[in-house]
Amino acid sequence: MLCLAVPTLVLSLAFKDHKSDEAAGLTLQPGFEANIIADNLGNARHIVVTPQNDIYVKLASAKGGKGILFLHQNGDKAEVASGFGSYGGTGIYLKNGYLYATSNDNIYRYKVNDKNEVIDPNQPETVVSHLMNHRTHNSKSIVLDNEGNIYVNVGAYSNICSEYDPQKKGCPILDSAGGIWEFKADKLNQRESDGVHYASGLRNVVGLDWNQQDNQLFVMQHGRDALHDLFPNLYTVHQSAILPAECMYALKQGDNAGWPYLYYDWQTHKKMQGPEYGGDGEKEADSKYLEPVAAYPGHYAPDGLLFYTGNQFPEKYKNGAFIAFHGSWNRAPEPQAGYCVVFQPFKDGKPSGQWEVFADGFSGSKDLKQPNDAVHRPCGLAQGPDGSLYVTDDVKGAIYKITYKK
Amino acid sequence: MINKSTILPMIAFMLIAAGSQAQVKHHKKAPSRMALSIANGKKVYVQNCLTCHQADGTGVATMNPPLIKTTYVLGDKPTLIKIVLNGFNEDVQINGQSFSNTMTPHASMTDQEIADVLTYVRHSFGNKASAVTTAQVKAVRASNKK
Repeated sequence: MLCLAVPTLVLSLAFKDHKSDEAAGLTLQPGFEANIIADNLGNARHIVVTPQNDIYVKLASAKGGKGILFLHQNGDKAEVASGFGSYGGTGIYLKNGYLYATSNDNIYRYKVNDKNEVIDPNQPETVVSHLMNHRTHNSKSIVLDNEGNIYVNVGAYSNICSEYDPQKKGCPILDSAGGIWEFKADKLNQRESDGVHYASGLRNVVGLDWNQQDNQLFVMQHGRDALHDLFPNLYTVHQSAILPAECMYALKQGDNAGWPYLYYDWQTHKKMQGPEYGGDGEKEADSKYLEPVAAYPGHYAPDGLLFYTGNQFPEKYKNGAFIAFHGSWNRAPEPQAGYCVVFQPFKDGKPSGQWEVFADGFSGSKDLKQPNDAVHRPCGLAQGPDGSLYVTDDVKGAIYKITYKK
Repeated sequence: MINKSTILPMIAFMLIAAGSQAQVKHHKKAPSRMALSIANGKKVYVQNCLTCHQADGTGVATMNPPLIKTTYVLGDKPTLIKIVLNGFNEDVQINGQSFSNTMTPHASMTDQEIADVLTYVRHSFGNKASAVTTAQVKAVRASNKK
């Protein structure tokens, strides 16, 4: 299923204007081109493009014992030069002379030379170990600020905490999961308890980035599942598919986004009391919880967030946000949706104006029933030194490079 | 005219016919009970299982396991019944892949619903395995210690 965005007109025009060979099977905004510069890499998750135009990709599961791939670009192709890191994972980030990468438990770092090449791929340093991992929502995404701190998502190991909070006394797993933790980026062998519990009430975050204009952490939360399955008397199948928004939050230390007690209705722009905690589909949640700065349709699954600071794209993209939506599964039996890259305009460091679909067609189907039928699913985002946008796909392991041509 | 010599074979024929009719009936009855369980099981599946495991049983890669031709579905019935009753949160490989999502317990479902849905699953998506009965679910539930 395609992204169901407001600019359907733009989409349909784009279908006519762009041949697939210019867009690698994608539908793009006018003036943009896409190329698949590498393919079949494995489950490609987050990605870094260095100032030298080389690429690091983190694989969800190590392929041939390699969990991180290093690629050189040559024209319209990128070729794997080496691989290292025997662990699978999602997060990867380059800053201050180190490449940081995560497994589902640990944060590692590798010193890089002045060309941003890893010096000793076999000897990573462990920055943080034993982060909470109970399988569900266990991927760890990372970003650094400008003061030597690294932020990591520790996802809640539950959909809505019901199995851990049967008496509805308050979700007990929130002390060590369902939030963002801050650690010192240059201190080794930290444990979760050594970190700052930076923000809480976040069900699961995969896409996150540091906004340089605001000097602030922005995250994309994956909203709750199964409104209809759990409360068929309160929510229809359709409401369950579309209602619980995927929220963008601008975080400050101490913020609480309110999971599992609420979900956000992106159509009415209201924080709604969750049905597990006395909600009836109408009742609003306690206003003390953090308001999202933007919200997107249910189950789109935001796995990548990138603030665009390049000069290649037209002016309107500058300092705006690209979001890679991995695509839904919890919409079944309704058609699936997401599977696209969205652009969210920003003004003065805050979302401003309607979001639009920037790149679509990853799934290869206009009426996708099952997520496993999707040919590609977008996940990670990176900006190259020339301002090109890179998108990973974690089904086959394609890397798309999107450029502006006119 | 009906005489004795024609009546006897006639009665014999009627008895045989009645007997075979009963047998045909019996044959028809067994599949219809199974068909009913599958039909009811499909309704249970749509309400409780489909969103995660999908309409075609393929699941969701890396998150929710497929229900197609796996030993979990086709193998030991008490093990399968326990997964429905207790949920599932183990780090295991299923057909060479691992799946991260926790399945919550479904102990609030009735024995009939669990028997029906498992019978449906074991007869769908290319699976072909014997039915799960309410008696089997009841027995597992009685001995079920979490």
